[in-house]
Amino acid sequence: MQISVAGEPCVLRAAGTLWLPQHQTLVVSDLHFEKGSAYAARGQLLPPYDTRETLNRLMAELVAVQPRCLVFLGDSLHDMGAISRIPVAERETIMGLARDFDLVWISGNHDPDGGAAFGGRSADEVRLGQLVLRHEPLTGEAIGEVCGHLHPCAVVRGPAGSVRRRCFIGDGSRLIMPSFGAYTGGLNVHDRAYGGLFQQAPTAYLTGERVVRVPYHRLSPDRSRPIRRSA
Amino acid sequence: MVEKGLAGEDALLVAPTGGGKTLAGFLPSLIELSQRRKVAGDLTSVHTLYISPLKALAVDVERNLLTPVREMGLNITIESRTGDTNQAKRARQRLAPPDILLTTPEQLALFCAWEGSREYFKDLRCVVIDEIHAIHGSKRGDLLSLGLARLRAFAPKMRSVGLSATVNDPAAIRGWLSDKGDDIVFGQSGAPPELDVLLSENRVPWAGHTAQHAMQEVYDTIKTAQTALVFVNTRWQAEYAFQELWRLNDDNLPIALHHGSLSAEQRRKVEAMMTQGRLKAVVCTSTLDLGIDWGSVDLVIQLAAPKGSSRLVQRIGRANHRLDEPSRAVLVPASRFEMLECQAAVEAVMEAAHDGEPIRNGAKDVLAQHVMGVACSEPFDLEELYDEVRTAAPYRDLTWEDWEQVVDFVSTGGYALKSYDKYRRIVRGRDGLWKARTKEIIARHRMNVGAIVAAQTLTVRMKGRRGTGRKVGEAEETLFEQMTIGDSFVFAGEVWRFEGVEGNNAIVSPTSDDDPMVPSWGGSRIPISSHLAHRVRRLMADRDTWRRLPVDVQEWLNAQDEHSGIPQMDDLLIETFQRGKRHFMIVYPFEGVLAHTTLAMLLTRRLDRAGVGPIGFVANDFSLCIWSMRSMADLDFDALFEQDMLGDDLESWLDESFMMKKSFKECAQIAGLIERRMPGHEKTGRQVTFSADLIYDTLRRHDPDHLLLRCAREDAARGLLDVARLGELLSRIQGRIRVYNLPKVSPFAVPMLMEIGKERAPGTSAADMMLEDAALIDEAMS
Repeated sequence: MQISVAGEPCVLRAAGTLWLPQHQTLVVSDLHFEKGSAYAARGQLLPPYDTRETLNRLMAELVAVQPRCLVFLGDSLHDMGAISRIPVAERETIMGLARDFDLVWISGNHDPDGGAAFGGRSADEVRLGQLVLRHEPLTGEAIGEVCGHLHPCAVVRGPAGSVRRRCFIGDGSRLIMPSFGAYTGGLNVHDRAYGGLFQQAPTAYLTGERVVRVPYHRLSPDRSRPIRRSA
Repeated sequence: MVEKGLAGEDALLVAPTGGGKTLAGFLPSLIELSQRRKVAGDLTSVHTLYISPLKALAVDVERNLLTPVREMGLNITIESRTGDTNQAKRARQRLAPPDILLTTPEQLALFCAWEGSREYFKDLRCVVIDEIHAIHGSKRGDLLSLGLARLRAFAPKMRSVGLSATVNDPAAIRGWLSDKGDDIVFGQSGAPPELDVLLSENRVPWAGHTAQHAMQEVYDTIKTAQTALVFVNTRWQAEYAFQELWRLNDDNLPIALHHGSLSAEQRRKVEAMMTQGRLKAVVCTSTLDLGIDWGSVDLVIQLAAPKGSSRLVQRIGRANHRLDEPSRAVLVPASRFEMLECQAAVEAVMEAAHDGEPIRNGAKDVLAQHVMGVACSEPFDLEELYDEVRTAAPYRDLTWEDWEQVVDFVSTGGYALKSYDKYRRIVRGRDGLWKARTKEIIARHRMNVGAIVAAQTLTVRMKGRRGTGRKVGEAEETLFEQMTIGDSFVFAGEVWRFEGVEGNNAIVSPTSDDDPMVPSWGGSRIPISSHLAHRVRRLMADRDTWRRLPVDVQEWLNAQDEHSGIPQMDDLLIETFQRGKRHFMIVYPFEGVLAHTTLAMLLTRRLDRAGVGPIGFVANDFSLCIWSMRSMADLDFDALFEQDMLGDDLESWLDESFMMKKSFKECAQIAGLIERRMPGHEKTGRQVTFSADLIYDTLRRHDPDHLLLRCAREDAARGLLDVARLGELLSRIQGRIRVYNLPKVSPFAVPMLMEIGKERAPGTSAADMMLEDAALIDEAMS
């Protein structure tokens, strides 16, 4: 689905990636490589396949859009130790990406250096036309900001039950991307953490089989989890 | 009983409630304890361990034992220990064990994970398991069985005693309890129950589960009793019946409500009033199937389908705890098929025929939890523990290969990709013994013990002046998904206005709406038992027995016989017909709602491939109905019902279904892969967590044969899909399918079409629906 952010055309893809056709650039956010092994190290042995799964999905996107440049929008690695835990095969896949594409690792709160050790370059933010790509949203208004960090998730309720999906959320001025990592949970867009980020009611674009646009007033909060209510 | 006890033999004691079986179970222990010479300072071990599935029962038995012990002046200490016992008392119990300790299966699992449990239980002489029938055939039963095997290894002289009021299959439970000896002690049985099916003045309804037509008669029957228990099958039926009875309650009889969603305080209040004999009736669900005995109950009413004869016997047993007087029970069928079911159930109870349950193999997720627990308590030898585990009946046939896989799962997660060697939870030491790697791993395990996985619930609270107020109860999240703010609904016996959800609370305020909705929820879908279904088929096939049924039901059966056919013992009746633009296929297997739903799902997939264009289906305990765009009259039904549908079709559908995700989550929690959310300790914000569904999707793609996926498939096949029963059906009816292509709807098909009508009715008025139902009946019977 194509929308416009600060006047720049943005294609929101069903898999949760962002395609910027004018810059031949694909953006993915919050991959959290090696989240599984991070839990395993603490005694909870989650399946060790999350990096492979995330990469498989990423490769499918790369094949589909054939970008020149691939931007990781931060938190690409779950923690600082992920670089040493990542299995050989997955490491080689990522190094292969660095050969085939112009890779940019934007630093996140989990991974200050990104994955530049695998190839490509790291950056705090990247400017592309009217857009500025960074990991964590700045407070207040920021025209043209494309960010991640929050793992937005939207709930739509109907008579037959409810659907909870990762989503893009934006107001035409700022766009927050969904997390792409296989084990990354989501934060409901009703959470207080989104307060002050949008100047007008934003629109959510739910990912899945296809992108579905849902206006903010039709989204529900999560129900069984505590929601920190905005005052 | 005493003889066996003093001789150190294991025993299963089956006696009707009121026969004093709890005391009988303890008597040998009391005799032994009163005769022992207590050495000063000797505080080492528990003598008798009592385990009950209900916390409340453990506490109640403590009270009931203390009285005679005190009256006899015996120097015996008796204490209970449950999840509610405070830390100080727990610590003291560990240092100074009581002679008799009363507890739950979950506490036993925790004992097994203690360091020093072997020492603590080395002088254990006796384990008493109460309400054994309610626990043995479940994952909780698997966990308990492993715990008992452990205790038996600690204390070889220990004897096991099982107590039960009703037992399906005494020999099977006897085998579950222990493998030595073969004696079952049957208590003196009481007078046979007086059991009737309520024949209403009103006609028996065609469909539905509420028995609203007979409510006045139910009320009048309650009036004749001292205290009545009115059993229903789901919580919403309880709410509904409670409302209806109060509508009729001109005499202001004290009638109360009891079900699993009410707040604990409210349930305790009802139970206390019951004990004091201050209630005329309690409308209740299976929450009162077990538990504390009330002397004053002299009538049990089963509202709507009894589902199984053993369950019915258990419920009837709740009335009249004096052996010399018969229990009195009345069955109230809510529909015509239920009339057949009730009649069959009465005959089964009179013949003392029990349902018989399929044998189950112990769950591997539970075994994984147990192995981790053992490793927390002491280093173990792989072969020794294998032998010990196999003394637990559900794991008797565990292969060495499966055992190694379970241990590998506990240690490394059991993945095909071996990358977690350095994160092993249990490690093999130089001495060849396995033990937990770190203290954190041990602490983590102790937080996650147990085999009960609770559904996501919201606390229902009144709106307070500031924020939230009094707690009314708890209910599944799904209940509130059906509602919008401002809806009025019935809950906990009162009418509320739904004010929205805040965090973990559903906020409500009192209201006085005359027409509140009674939300449909809390229905764990229990299928009719195979045994009872078999009897229903027999009853239908034998026309001589029809005379025992009410006239309108006889008319209905005769009309079905005339317009279509009556299902016989071993065949499968299928009808097809067109009504309006839709084509219908009705199948009458009588195998229960779960097997029927599975069958309908699989048939729909096949019909879709055959280009018939199925639109939807409904299923109940007796039949299933699929409707489509195109006629189904000319299908090859033998091919359609071919047994191979349980192969690839089932597999591919199941892996995508929400049921697998649900089963997987449960297995993953029990096995310790995913941690339970402790009440009050939920993490805030979902971005820091992950969900079981994400894990499931990834694991399924990369490691499809993983132990937990196999566990989840087995559980789904058994618990949610009833695949075994469906398999038996498909093999039974091969070459015996009888198809009638009818010009119109048959009398048996009416209940199904009414159910469809209800499901697609938003917007149509109640009057429209009644007219539609009347037209349907007229068409079928004429």
